[in-house]
Amino acid sequence: MATEKQHLFDNPKNVQRILYLLYFCCTVLFILDFVIHRHIVHPWEGLLGFHAVYGFVGCVVLVLVAKWMRTFLMRDEAYYDRTELDPKEIDGGEHVGH
Amino acid sequence: MWAIDTPAFIPLFLVSVLALFTKGYLRGAILLGVIALSGIHLWNVPAGTSVSLSFLGYELTPYKVDKLSLMFGYIFHIAALIGVIYSLHVKDTMQQVAAPLYAGSALGAIFAGDLLTLFVFWELLAITSVFLIWARRTERAYQAGIRYLIVQVMSGVILLGGLIIYYGKTGSLDFGYIGLDGIGSWCIFLAFGIKACFPLLHNWATDSYPEATPTGTVFLSAFTTKVAVYAFARSFPGTELLVFIGAAMTCFPIFFAVIENDLRRVLAYSMINQIGFMICGIGIGTALAVNGAVSHAFNDIIFKGLLFMSMGAVLHVTGRINGSDLGGLYKSMPKTAMLCIVGAASISAFPLFSGFVSKSMVMSAALEEGYHWVWLMLLFASAGVFHHAGIKIPYFAFFAHDSGLRVSEPPKNMLVAMTISAILCITIGVYPGWLYSLLPFDTGYNPYDATHVLAQTQILFFSALAFVWLNLRGLYPPELHSVNLDVDWIYRRFFPRTLKASFSWIWRQDAILRGRVLEQLDNFYNYLARLHYPGSKASQVRPTGNMVMWVAVLLAVYMWLLLSFVN
Repeated sequence: MATEKQHLFDNPKNVQRILYLLYFCCTVLFILDFVIHRHIVHPWEGLLGFHAVYGFVGCVVLVLVAKWMRTFLMRDEAYYDRTELDPKEIDGGEHVGH
Repeated sequence: MWAIDTPAFIPLFLVSVLALFTKGYLRGAILLGVIALSGIHLWNVPAGTSVSLSFLGYELTPYKVDKLSLMFGYIFHIAALIGVIYSLHVKDTMQQVAAPLYAGSALGAIFAGDLLTLFVFWELLAITSVFLIWARRTERAYQAGIRYLIVQVMSGVILLGGLIIYYGKTGSLDFGYIGLDGIGSWCIFLAFGIKACFPLLHNWATDSYPEATPTGTVFLSAFTTKVAVYAFARSFPGTELLVFIGAAMTCFPIFFAVIENDLRRVLAYSMINQIGFMICGIGIGTALAVNGAVSHAFNDIIFKGLLFMSMGAVLHVTGRINGSDLGGLYKSMPKTAMLCIVGAASISAFPLFSGFVSKSMVMSAALEEGYHWVWLMLLFASAGVFHHAGIKIPYFAFFAHDSGLRVSEPPKNMLVAMTISAILCITIGVYPGWLYSLLPFDTGYNPYDATHVLAQTQILFFSALAFVWLNLRGLYPPELHSVNLDVDWIYRRFFPRTLKASFSWIWRQDAILRGRVLEQLDNFYNYLARLHYPGSKASQVRPTGNMVMWVAVLLAVYMWLLLSFVN
C-alpha cells in the first residue's frame, strides 16, 4: 500500500475542501431566497428557507426513522437462506463474470 | 412482406431466433442491427396506424399506434439497444435469446389495441424475463425466479379474469380508458397494480431484481414496470385513488432503501419510488400531470438503467454488491464512478439532468390541482431519493472507506452503454424540447424558471448537508450484512411456518383419531376372541340328546299346524 499512488480523497484536505464547497453552496442558496421572487401556489412555499429546512429536516427524519426500523426489521444475512436453500449453497451465492 | 404496419414486436422475436443460432460478434452485430432497424422503422410509423383481425368471433386489434404508445415504443427500443450493448460480452445464449424476446413482449404489450392481446404479451413478459433471473445460475436466483414467476403469472390470471368480466359487462375488449367501475375493471386495475409495484404488492421487484445477472437486471428494470405505467396511463388516467397510491409509493421504499445493504436492491426500492411519481401523475390526470408521468417513465428507463448498469459493472468486476464490502472504487474505476454520478444526479432531478425536466411536471401538477399533502409527500420523496440513490449508491460503492479492492474498469462495451445513457441523461436535461415534442399533450411547460430551479436546488443541497451532518455526528446507519424483512416475509416465512404448524396439528389429530379407531377395533376383536374362550358362551358343548328333543318339538308343532288348517 505504501507504494500506491495518492488518490484524490486520500488527502483529508480535499475532503474538507468538498465540504467547504457544500457549505458555501448551501449558504448562497439560502441567501438567494431573499433575492429571487417566486411564483407561489402553496402558502408554505413563500416561507423563508422553506425548501432548505424541509430538505434538511426531511432527510434527518428519514434516516432516523429508517434506523429505528432496523430494530424490528433486521435479521441476519442467512435468515431466508437457511430454510430455502441447500446447506451447501449458503456460503456461495456470489457469481463473478460470465 | 415488410410493411409500415408490421407490428413492432416481430423484428425482436425474429432476432431472438437468430440469436439462438449464432454466437460471438456475429450475434452481437445481428442483435444491434435488427433492433436499430426496428427503431428506425418505428420512427417512420405514423400515429393512427392499426391492424385489426377477427379471431373466434372477437374483433381484435393486435397493433395500434398512437402518440402515447409511440413514445414508449421509442424508449423501449433505446433501452433494448443500450441493454444489448451492455451485454455484448455475455456468452450465455439463454440471456441473449431471452432479452430480445422480453423487449419484444414489452413492445407487443404497449402496441396492443385490445385487452386480449395485452394479456398474451403480459404473460409473455413474465415468462421471457424470468430467464434473466435464472441465468445467474445460483440456487438463490432460482428460488427468487420462481417467486417472481408466480407473482407475475398471477397478475396475468387476474387480468384475464378481469377482462372476461369486463367484456361481459361492456361487450368491448378495447384497451382504452377503463376507469374504476365494476369488478372487472377492479381486477384489471389490480393486475396492473401488481406489475406496477403497488404498496404491499411491490415485493417481487425488490426480491428478484437483485438476484438477476448484472446484465439481466438492466433489461428487467426497463420493461415490466414501465409497461404497467403505460397501461395505467391508457386505462386509468384521472383515477383519484392512484394519486394516493402513487404518493405512498414515493415515500415508503426510501426508508427501506436507506437501511438496505445490497446496492442493487437499493436501486430496486428507488425504482418503486420513481414509479410512485408516475402513478401519482397519472392519478392527477391533467395534461401536465400525464405528460409528467410518461416523460418521467421515459427518463427513468434511461437513468435507472444507467444506475443498474454501473452497479452491474461493480458486481461484474468485483463479484460484490453489498455496500458493506465496497468502497474506494473511484481509485480503480474512475470512469464508472463518473457515469454513476451522472445517473445519480439525473434520478435526484438536479437541474440540467433528465429527472428534473420530468419530475417537476408532476410536482407542479400536484400543487395546481390542490393536492397539497400529496405535494409535501412528493417533496419529501424528492429529498429522500437524493439521499438513498443520489448519494448512497455512489458514496458507498466508489467512495466511503477504502475497501482495499483494486480492480480494473469493466469491459469496453459496458462503458459504451453507460456513456450513451449518460449522454442521453444530460442532453434531455439541457434540451428538454425534444422529449416534450414526443409527449401526448402540448402544455407549453418550461421547467427552467427561477422558482423551480431554486426550490429543487435548495432541497438537494440541504439533503446533502443532512447526509454530511449525520455522517459527521456518527448518526448515519452503517452498512451491515443483513436481511430486512419486507412483505415477502409473509410468503417466505409466515405462510410456510403457519402451514407447517397447521399440518403438523392436522397430522397429530389424525394420529389420535386413528389410534382411537384402532383401539375400538382391538376391543371388538378381543370381545370376539373372548366369546370363544374355553367355558365361554360360544365354546360350550351341548349333548346330542338336546337336539333330539328339539327335533321332536319341531315335528309336534308341524303336526299341530297341519291338523289345525286341514282345509
